[in-house]
Amino acid sequence: MAVMTITEAQVWTWLEDVPDPEIPVISIVDLGVVRGVDVAGDQVKVTITPTYSGCPAMAIIAMDIETALAKQGVTDLQLETKIAPAWTTDWLSDKGRARLEGYGIAPPQTAGGPARCPRCQSDAVEKISQFGSTPCKAQWRCQSCLEPFDYFKCI
Amino acid sequence: MQHLFEFLLRQGDNALVLGHRTSEWCGIAPALEEDIALTNTALDLIGQTQLWLGYAAEVEGAGRSANDLAYLRDAYDFRNLLMLEVPNEDFGRTLMRQFLFDAFQVPWLTALQNSADQRVVEIATKSLKEATYHLDRSAETVVALGDGTADSNARMQAALDYLWPYAGELFADDETDRAMADVSIAPLPSGMRPAWAAAVEDTAKAACLKLPESDFAHSGGRTGARHTEHLGHMLAVMQVLQRSYPGAVW
Repeated sequence: MAVMTITEAQVWTWLEDVPDPEIPVISIVDLGVVRGVDVAGDQVKVTITPTYSGCPAMAIIAMDIETALAKQGVTDLQLETKIAPAWTTDWLSDKGRARLEGYGIAPPQTAGGPARCPRCQSDAVEKISQFGSTPCKAQWRCQSCLEPFDYFKCI
Repeated sequence: MQHLFEFLLRQGDNALVLGHRTSEWCGIAPALEEDIALTNTALDLIGQTQLWLGYAAEVEGAGRSANDLAYLRDAYDFRNLLMLEVPNEDFGRTLMRQFLFDAFQVPWLTALQNSADQRVVEIATKSLKEATYHLDRSAETVVALGDGTADSNARMQAALDYLWPYAGELFADDETDRAMADVSIAPLPSGMRPAWAAAVEDTAKAACLKLPESDFAHSGGRTGARHTEHLGHMLAVMQVLQRSYPGAVW
């Protein structure tokens, strides 16, 4: 049997398939939670960072990474969590932003509020609450279609 | 090392005690949106607790973890501000306290980003993003309620009057603070007073609230010398699982 050689690019591709546990339409790579992949022989080191310091999804994300890489034959995995540089919504990929919007979550804007309603595209929107169903989201409402929606906080 | 450990306990215990008090609103806040906002704020604070107490445990080097420090210390070993341990009372006092604390945390964590200790820099930078967001909300809510109805104004004024004698402890420098300042790990808390006072005055004015004139300040929380009677009761609830089932995990 040929000896499998793992490359860093391969690991990144595998991690692209690991969904965020709370927003399953985007991957942990699109979310910017995966900060680094280092491969040395059979050993794979993955560095992750929390979105918010109390994000309860971190333990699940770590478990999902282990499971996903184990399926690909990675047996020697080292998972490291680091908090610096601090996670920012600037790390959300364009693909991730588009998928959030398609899912009904308005992507973050530096202006501090959603650009438009993710359902009807109206720009007449108002804030309901600065916090939402997860630490990374706030609640907004569309004044045109009247639907409430989540907005991904810009930090 | 002892001073660094004390300093880290103060940061961690502030976050932990306020985080726990805030979490007491889970399921009983006046509106669903506020319930969600309060519990998310609590979650941020508990996350910050893990970072500060995790580092404190490493610095102590006695084999304790952040969980051990949170769940297996008694009231006299806690180093949080007295203001953060007093009961929530009502929504107004809860938000007023959050505001008075946030207005300190933002300049404080901003200053800690220049700490000589790299771990402190990292934790402060991470926490500052959350504190800034908390301040936006707490200041906005203090103004909305202060400049609201006669009843909400009276409640916010009562909250401010009640909390005011506790606020001075934020700026009471002691030996640990001077030791941290000497090695550039943290500035003296007293140096934060002008920025804090300016923010508090602006917000109180917009909220139609009158700042109390007395500068009497309770103390004893951040040194651990004398907590209020309330902390023990709070810990009895917060620590009950580890006290009843030592070492329980899930």
